[in-house]
Amino acid sequence: MFGAGGGTSSYQEIEQTDLIVLWGSNAREAHPIFFHHLLRGIENGARMYCVDPRRTASAKFADRWLGIDVGSDVALANGVGREIIAAGLADTDFIRRSTRGFDDYERAVEPYTLDRVSALTGVPVAAISELAHAYATAESAQLLWTLGITEHHNAVDNVLALCNLALLTGHVGRWGSGLVPLRGQNNVQGGGDMGALPDRLPGFQSVADADVRSRFEEVYGRPLDPHPGLHLTLMFEAMARGELRALYVIGENPAESEADIGHARDALAGLDVLVVQDIFLTRTAEMADVVFPASVGWAESEGTVTSSERRVQRVRPAVVPPGEAHHDIDILVDLAHAMGSELGPRRPEAVWDELRQLSPVHRGMSWARLEAEGGLQWPCPDLDHPGSPFLHGWLWEDGLAGREPAPFSVVEHAGPTDVLTTGYPLRLTTGRALDSFNTGVQSGALDSPIRYGDELEVNPDDARDLELDQGERVRVCSARGSVEMHVRHQPDLPRGLTFTTFHFPGLVDTNVLTTDAWDPKSGTAEFKAAAIRIEKLSAHPQGTAGG
Amino acid sequence: MTSTEAAVTIRIDDTDVALSAGSSILDGCRSVGVDTPTICYADNLTPVNACRVCVVELEGSRTLVPACSRPAEDGMVIRTDSERVRHSRRMVLEFLASSVDLGQADELTAWAEHYGADPGRYGADRAVVSEPVRVQDNLYIRDYDRCVLCYKCVEACGEDAQQSFAIAVSGRGFDARISTEFDVELPESACVYCGNCVAVCPTNALQFRTEFDLRAVGEWRPEDQTVTRTVCSYCGVGCNLELHVQDDHIVACTSPHDHDVTWGNLCIKGRFGWGYV
Repeated sequence: MFGAGGGTSSYQEIEQTDLIVLWGSNAREAHPIFFHHLLRGIENGARMYCVDPRRTASAKFADRWLGIDVGSDVALANGVGREIIAAGLADTDFIRRSTRGFDDYERAVEPYTLDRVSALTGVPVAAISELAHAYATAESAQLLWTLGITEHHNAVDNVLALCNLALLTGHVGRWGSGLVPLRGQNNVQGGGDMGALPDRLPGFQSVADADVRSRFEEVYGRPLDPHPGLHLTLMFEAMARGELRALYVIGENPAESEADIGHARDALAGLDVLVVQDIFLTRTAEMADVVFPASVGWAESEGTVTSSERRVQRVRPAVVPPGEAHHDIDILVDLAHAMGSELGPRRPEAVWDELRQLSPVHRGMSWARLEAEGGLQWPCPDLDHPGSPFLHGWLWEDGLAGREPAPFSVVEHAGPTDVLTTGYPLRLTTGRALDSFNTGVQSGALDSPIRYGDELEVNPDDARDLELDQGERVRVCSARGSVEMHVRHQPDLPRGLTFTTFHFPGLVDTNVLTTDAWDPKSGTAEFKAAAIRIEKLSAHPQGTAGG
Repeated sequence: MTSTEAAVTIRIDDTDVALSAGSSILDGCRSVGVDTPTICYADNLTPVNACRVCVVELEGSRTLVPACSRPAEDGMVIRTDSERVRHSRRMVLEFLASSVDLGQADELTAWAEHYGADPGRYGADRAVVSEPVRVQDNLYIRDYDRCVLCYKCVEACGEDAQQSFAIAVSGRGFDARISTEFDVELPESACVYCGNCVAVCPTNALQFRTEFDLRAVGEWRPEDQTVTRTVCSYCGVGCNLELHVQDDHIVACTSPHDHDVTWGNLCIKGRFGWGYV
């Protein structure tokens, strides 16, 4: 946000904030220990609003659940923004001093009246208004989201729409107020920190900046390409066009995790060379020309990961890697050596020190400090710096500490690309269950007593209309394909919405159904909004599915 | 603590102890190295005052007071090793040891010995909890023959951490047991298998299935285990883990109770999801 790719707040802040808005996140199941901090906030008196199409386990702890229609988040955010302005609750001093683009924003949200937004989102007028007033008048407020915001074709617009609300009310850059995307994987934040983004070098420094590049070139001893690379979705498109011919996959399983999976598998199969470095022989690895067995990052090797509160923490080896498995660093250094290039040190602390030399936000995080202080939050520019619990304090400083004001963004409602039709009248959205993780590569070994498998959850009234019994096996069809699943009646879903997890691709290839429409700004695919129909197996024998 | 914040001074066994406001008598005991037995107390739980084993003598108080929950007040005079204290602690440990199996509660067994507890004097036909071990899944087991009803699991499941409220104490007197709602099987209860109850159990009544199975074949060897601190591999919260390793295999997973991300708590994936390593 505003130039730094990380959540602005610390977990401790949610314990002390006055208002919690959980938007498109089922943290109770997806981030259970973060939710402990959130619950402590509620215990300390915070009110919580939960915006989610499903009445999730998290929503049940909220003062108010706003059961939004899938993919209408921009409309709701714009409606909340308009109501805040109309009610005279915008923080005009903050807007004048610390932001730009307010006039355009105000004009853009003007058409998002409460009545219109209610029609677009399915949320009652009174609830929209209540959220707007609660957020604007709270002393401090945390706005949090997860993949319910980002796994859409307009993911970046969704995020910007939420950032607008923080700028409108001054709920960012101070203790207790902030914007927090909860990270879904243990080091997705760290991957970004380390420059695993198409246009960034480590420390979120722009690859287009010649001064930055020259500092890296000096240490790396070779020129760097100033052009941004491709994000994952563009890579798959380039593969499909035959432009990208070789792929090196480290610790990902795209042959099962990509949306519109048939399309993705064809692209992988068409490559000249596929190299996979993983701790498992995943479905992707099975397709590979070369597989490098890797050690388990968090239990068999030395290194760091970065959490959702930008906290860098050490991981350490507890057990010895089996067989021919090697540490990731060793594999990369050895491979480079075989290709006639020396990458430099392979001792994790030395690699880390090289990073500290190049990334100003990590410079103060010595290996010894990370050990002694239980992790440090970036930015931490020097050894005496305590780390940063929250970001963007400069928004409140005189003269903005020499920075540019934070920009409002004009974003418009655009519903899901996969529109509901008479042929595909139901909305399917996907999510994570408490006891499972992504495609189940890791969590599959956990013998959970509370695992139900990838069932299709259906509102009981819809199930009655469609004559679907609890546990009945049905065919679920989208415009891209069909799978067979068991029905589970779920009263926490509104009518018209269905839900499934995606943890058991061996049993149910959920991503056969999902759409490959993706956000041109971030590259994330729209896992959250497919249009489907449910066919009874008895009434429609094999072969009639599809469309 | 700032210098203006009121500090209190109490006297413990003839030693003056300065403490910050809000400290307990137990904090005072520990700060001067007076070792004090506890069962139901944990530093990441709110004291429930169930076990009474930490009682001390407070001058001017008719009854003994629990050190873990009684706030230190300026001028208190405390005795931790008087005959009255020793007798009370001995009785608590003796009664517990007479009715349940403390064989895997090493610390309590040591305290019982220290205070000369003799559970055998209640006779061979004394009432003893005797129920089959509940081995219902591969994550953890429940052995009620070891349960001292300290409430720690109830607190960890409920308002002190997890807010799931899957378990409570049901029944009266000797028939009191930790139970799910309506005594349903765990998977049908509100249990989410976070194992935060296992983490706080002081007697091994709740234990990892891995430990249970290794004990069954005589292969549970804590002295041969290493403990390594690392970070969980699942979501992005950054929970610290302590991996307990024996013979190069992970045999249990805990979380440091003094780390401000988890305070000792984990979810089902973090606590039990290491099987793939």
